[in-house]
Amino acid sequence: MMNPFGSITLLTLIPLVGGLVVAALPAGQKTLARRLGLGVSLLALAVAGALWSGFDRDSTALQYVERRAWVPTLAVEYFVGVDGMGLLMVMLAALLVPLALLVSWRIEERVPLYFALVLWLEAGLFGAFTALNFFHWFLFWELSLIPAFFLVRLWGGPDRGSAATQFFIYTMAGSVGLLLAFLALFLATGKFDFLELADLGRTHQTAALLHAHLGWSGMSADALAQAVFFGAFLGFAVKVPVLPFHTWLPSTYAAAPTGTTMLLTGALSKMGVYGFLRILLPIFPDQMRAWETPLLGLAVLTIVCSAAAAFAQRDVKRMLAYSSVNHLGYCLLGMFAALRVTGEEARWAVEKAAALNGVLLQMFNHGLTAAMLFGFVALIERRAGGLRGLDDFGGLRKPAPVLAGLMGVAAFGSLGLPGLNGFVGEFLIFKGTFALAPWVAALSTAGLLITAVFLLTFLERVFHGPLPARWAAFPDLSRAEIWMVAPATALMFVLGIYPQLVIGVIHRTVLLWVERLGPC
Amino acid sequence: MFAWTIYISFAGVAVLMLLPRDQGGRARWVALGTALAGAIAAFGGAFQYQAGSGLQTIARTSWIPSLGIDYHLAVDGISVTLILLTAVAAVAGILFSWNITGRAKEFFAFYMALIGGVYGVFLSFDAFVLFVFYEIAIIPKYFLIAIWGSTRKEYGAMKLALYSFAGSALVLIGLIGTFVVARSQTGVPTFDLTALAQVDYPESFQRWALPLVFVGFGILAGLWPFHTWAPTGHVAAPTGASMLLAGVVMKLGAYGCLRVAMTLFPAGLRHWQTEIAVLAVVGIVAGAMTALVQKDFKFVIGYSSVSHMGFVLLGLATLNEVGLSGAVLQMFSHGVIAGLLFAVVGRMVYDRTHTRQLDELEGMRLARAMPFAAVTFVLAGMASMGLPGFSGFVAELQVLIGSWRAFPTAGLAAGVGIVLGVAYLLRALQRAFFADSAGDARGEPAGEAIEPISLPERAGAILLLGATLAIGLYPRLLLDFIAPSVTSLIQGLERGGGS
Repeated sequence: MMNPFGSITLLTLIPLVGGLVVAALPAGQKTLARRLGLGVSLLALAVAGALWSGFDRDSTALQYVERRAWVPTLAVEYFVGVDGMGLLMVMLAALLVPLALLVSWRIEERVPLYFALVLWLEAGLFGAFTALNFFHWFLFWELSLIPAFFLVRLWGGPDRGSAATQFFIYTMAGSVGLLLAFLALFLATGKFDFLELADLGRTHQTAALLHAHLGWSGMSADALAQAVFFGAFLGFAVKVPVLPFHTWLPSTYAAAPTGTTMLLTGALSKMGVYGFLRILLPIFPDQMRAWETPLLGLAVLTIVCSAAAAFAQRDVKRMLAYSSVNHLGYCLLGMFAALRVTGEEARWAVEKAAALNGVLLQMFNHGLTAAMLFGFVALIERRAGGLRGLDDFGGLRKPAPVLAGLMGVAAFGSLGLPGLNGFVGEFLIFKGTFALAPWVAALSTAGLLITAVFLLTFLERVFHGPLPARWAAFPDLSRAEIWMVAPATALMFVLGIYPQLVIGVIHRTVLLWVERLGPC
Repeated sequence: MFAWTIYISFAGVAVLMLLPRDQGGRARWVALGTALAGAIAAFGGAFQYQAGSGLQTIARTSWIPSLGIDYHLAVDGISVTLILLTAVAAVAGILFSWNITGRAKEFFAFYMALIGGVYGVFLSFDAFVLFVFYEIAIIPKYFLIAIWGSTRKEYGAMKLALYSFAGSALVLIGLIGTFVVARSQTGVPTFDLTALAQVDYPESFQRWALPLVFVGFGILAGLWPFHTWAPTGHVAAPTGASMLLAGVVMKLGAYGCLRVAMTLFPAGLRHWQTEIAVLAVVGIVAGAMTALVQKDFKFVIGYSSVSHMGFVLLGLATLNEVGLSGAVLQMFSHGVIAGLLFAVVGRMVYDRTHTRQLDELEGMRLARAMPFAAVTFVLAGMASMGLPGFSGFVAELQVLIGSWRAFPTAGLAAGVGIVLGVAYLLRALQRAFFADSAGDARGEPAGEAIEPISLPERAGAILLLGATLAIGLYPRLLLDFIAPSVTSLIQGLERGGGS
């Protein structure tokens, strides 16, 4: 499968159409809906795998490109393709959806609809990770919200109503900022194409063009460009989220059914980081550089405060939610550090490449690890009748050693133990950041420490200590459940030991970015 | 081809009047047949119309030569768009009026007369003929609401009629003034819009004539602060009539602003441009905020119409191509989406539950009782929020681009309006369909006697959803009509002196 025409379209259509078929099943056909849903997601995984293996690792060019006119008067094209980052994110989404469906297997209400919504969410993710024209990309960016909203709203826990509304309105408010920013860009440049806009950004024309075409002549070109940048920033900052735009997240993650939380943290939050890398960084490099120091400050704030907040939680889901924010903070840290202008770009190129490689690895690894952790929480919840407080458990290691062991692996992966996947990404990020922005990196290590503390506390509270009598018969993982989590656990080891598997795909893309971020 | 839309509609009125009494069943089939025949004429005409070929005259005969009044019908891309909207809305409205039994033949006769008048307005290129059709469209509205309406129907109908007539009076004064000034300038009496648009009116005249005509038409388009007839009228009207009211009648006002006020008085428009934009933005934001606190489900949709029509007016006020073509597309888009929302609220929900109070609907778990209605409302709500993939997105996107160029601050405020729009729709959606009521524990839905959604309703909903999706995914279907006409309209505006 070298470069089959239409393969990305096919990839997006599979869950979209599959979701329609599943949704059309009568509500009573629960088993069929589950099997069909899983089958569709596995088929999508197979296609993603084919794309992965056919990807030319020695090329910086976009691959599997499809390009057709759509709305010529608005410069809208159907333009899809992947580079290393896009492919990595597609793979992540394709891996997580079957897992999330398996974890949601025991949902009994409106089964066909649940499975269909998850598949549509997957289609939204695929679309957003492959689209290269704003209009087309925004379509999927927004449409992925709708299934997420209903998954939280209809199958969530207590407070699902307010959580779903808060999630939706926060994200929409961010999206409107993003939309207005892009309309301003379109007005100034006549382009919606990410690559062409990036060319203008790299050659420092954006600010002048905005100033010339927008009816806001009172502002200087720089201030105007920064205002537009801020609008776009808002959209992604809410999605990641960056402190202080995160307040929707803990309640949403806690209220969502756990299978959905896996996707929210594993894949949906990556849309935010992806947006930073694909859109903000290439299109607004000057503006981002102008705000370099505050942005780095926000990254540190996100890392440290969310780790501290996680430490203070008693609900495991909320703790992991804040921990997710913390891990994505490292991605922002590496990215903002790589922006720095040092004056001797050639010498620092290696560090920048390390940081950016780390960012992409961290995106993938966090997606995998966080989804696994939430998946284990779902397994515990199912056994404990919905309980998931830190203080509700203790000593579970005795009745459920396999569960304790596997969840321990995921937790250690999350806190960055060498040999497991999380280590490589964080190591590369800190390697690059220490060279480029030492003080910021030093401050951020506090986040690493606090993460270690709360994850170890969690393991100790839940799996060690005295076993309360009521959990004496806590069932361990069933054979089917072991088979369900085994591939992902194996992948965590594989990526920890042989990260080249991912780096091979992203390396050329990263080098291209470093070159473009180069001397200005 | 297009002219037949008018004649077919009025022929349908005649047939309906001749039907024997108490023939509800036959009346609705006659109405549906007429509306479908009209739609075929409309789509046939659109198919023949060469996009980009400018103004195409359909019929022209002298009517009152001494006053220079011709029966002049013509279309450009803008009219084509609105005629297609009328065709779709007319068919859908009848499908959602299928359950009208009391005095059905009169209902459908008034309904088709309204449709005929609307087609007439969109086709007329003579100011006098346009005005006549405009008035023809107002009168049936009054009766549709006063006879078949609900909640405070006499009040709603009378308020609507009074506001409409006040607007018409302003328009009439403006038109007569225009006629007099034009004759004194050229010496030829004429009401022909293309001829009147060639006249170079003194700027002092334009400055007072534009507000008269623009506000006169704008009242019907829901121009803030003259919008208050709209929510009460929409709520009081029977479903089919609310769909037409929000779907096409409000467009008559916006179309009048565009076709008459703007093309005749470009200099006046430039003078008042900022004021109009401010009113439009206030309408967007205030309409959305008011919708956010309504207790009556139908009032939520009623105020949302005011908010969305604000986008049309804002697009007109931008005076640039993108903004104007966005405004025209928004007219189509809002017509379809508002029709759909009113259909769900009025026909699917209210006719079955006999309440529109969100507080009472909360206890009924309607998503279970009426999944089709819930899905339709979710999709219509997404379209109304301006999510991409639906027509509202492409339209509002262009209006926002246009306002970035003309009034950036207005663009920002309209962005706030969009977020508010998401909020009120989510609120209504959750409370009406997905509430977690105390009755959850009791298991079965409270309203077990709710009748299933009928076939005409399904057909109507699918028709409207198809229209908004088709335009949302492939806007060229309409933009190819709209864009060239808007370009030539803008060129016409630039002639009008001033700065």
